[in-house]
Amino acid sequence: MEITSLTVHETQALLRSKQVSPQEVVEALGRRIAEVDPVIHGYLSYDLDRAILEAQDVDVRLPLGGVPISLKDVINVKGHPCGCASRILQGYISPYDATVVAKLRAAGAIPFGRVNMDEFAMGSSTENSAFGPTRNPWDATRIPGGSSGGSAAVVAADEAYAALGSDTGGSIRQPAALCGCVGLKPTYGRVSRFGLVAFASSLDQIGPLTKDVRDAAILLNIIAGPDPCDSTSVNEPVPDFTVDLEKGVKGLKVGLPKEYFIEGLDPQVETTVRAAIAHLEGLGAEVVDISLPHTEHALSAYYIIAPAEASANLARFDGVRYGFRAKDVSGLLDHYGKTRGEGFGAEVKRRVILGTYVLSSGYYDAYYLRAQKVRTLIRRDFATAFEKVDAIVCPTSPTPAFKLGERTGDPLSMYLADIFTLAANMAGICGISIPCGFVEEEGKQLPVGLQILGKELKESKVLQVAYAYEQSTVWHQAKPQIG
Amino acid sequence: MSAPDFNVEYVAELARIKLTPEEIETFRSQLGQVLDHVAKLNEVDVSDVEPMAHSFPVYNVFRADEPRESLDREAALFNAPRQAQGLFIVTKVVE
Repeated sequence: MEITSLTVHETQALLRSKQVSPQEVVEALGRRIAEVDPVIHGYLSYDLDRAILEAQDVDVRLPLGGVPISLKDVINVKGHPCGCASRILQGYISPYDATVVAKLRAAGAIPFGRVNMDEFAMGSSTENSAFGPTRNPWDATRIPGGSSGGSAAVVAADEAYAALGSDTGGSIRQPAALCGCVGLKPTYGRVSRFGLVAFASSLDQIGPLTKDVRDAAILLNIIAGPDPCDSTSVNEPVPDFTVDLEKGVKGLKVGLPKEYFIEGLDPQVETTVRAAIAHLEGLGAEVVDISLPHTEHALSAYYIIAPAEASANLARFDGVRYGFRAKDVSGLLDHYGKTRGEGFGAEVKRRVILGTYVLSSGYYDAYYLRAQKVRTLIRRDFATAFEKVDAIVCPTSPTPAFKLGERTGDPLSMYLADIFTLAANMAGICGISIPCGFVEEEGKQLPVGLQILGKELKESKVLQVAYAYEQSTVWHQAKPQIG
Repeated sequence: MSAPDFNVEYVAELARIKLTPEEIETFRSQLGQVLDHVAKLNEVDVSDVEPMAHSFPVYNVFRADEPRESLDREAALFNAPRQAQGLFIVTKVVE
């Protein structure tokens, strides 16, 4: 068996017992990428020689000692490119490490490669990358989800041991579901955003995409914690997230929100997710019907708030301090207009324009302020639910992976792909997607994700439920046949 | 809240994004659909609801006012498309 098919904790055990060397771990990764990435296109770039060099100095006794961790192209690694899969940042080299990267290094990990994504994390299919889409390892004619589609695909295709992504409206959980891996969105503020290129600052959160639940807990242990460089990071103690994993679900209450089993939910996905919930019940969890009444408005509120914040955050791309600069301009306004017009892709332009509109004079109260009030109601829905239940279980995505090109001409239908994930970002709570079965489409097996949502700072509970499910099922062991 | 007066050209100008005529047409129709969809928010009763800017209430986060290392000039200028003499070169503002 190739090393690359192992989890982080399995690889680390081999490294510690000296059955493999850190160089071998990196070289195996290089071979696997050469083998499958021509099909998957998960990596925008990677520097194997540099990783091999770094592998010579790692201390394998550290928690992640010697394990390469692949990084979404939105997280800064000193001396590496960081382009957010955008033309406007082509050639950009990070002058500093993101806090999560500094923490990974301190834990002995090797920051590895730049994985593909929707440009500036705006999208649900990775088709908005300026450098071409990533393909789903289970069916290369389909999308891997997004925006962390590259992160999910490289983990599922065993061309990464684990990856970090970012989740603003489902961008970790949705691709994890569609590629059949584990994706964890921590509580807002649990992980520092310093060095994460900002999309929507009140929603963005970094998290791990992994091959099993234990790896997600291990990575969260490393990257969580307050950071003086991110004043929105939460100043709360960070528990050892692996401690509660094996406690089981007996006596836990899991809530089934009726608003998540609606028209538009693929019948096969519904059957699969309901079977997964019945399985949890069989393990001793008590399933409780709950209601999150403002669910249907989460999408609308999200597509006001996220573009509004993006329009402000992306104002920094002005062609002066970094990145692409348009040629033949006739003055400063023309310089800005052409640089941003030529440098940004269609979806980024749409969202910046939408965000500018909802914040513009005369419209602010009708759109932005109203959406912020609806956000309060969504948060209240979850607070009320978590008085009754320990976790909420529902589908991660309403459909399995769709075909490349199927939704690119219709932004609204693309936005609907996040309908079950974005409320968690609006409320700031944590959530995970884990593999819970397959559906068949055109003779191909496509993974389905079970989403488990938890109260803010209760990642341990979410991981506990996820681990109990995972360890009593076989779905996480399934591997795609690529090519 | 439906947006009959949504002027994509004007808003793109505010956003400092120069659009092609094709983009103007496509975005007008696509964003019109999105704005129609989000108009559903008008159905929600938000009277007496406080707006929420942030999911996790944190206030007045300070850190000690102590000097620490930051990017030096060379690192800060490294990615600039145009620079000279330790400065960013900006397109001429005043004729």
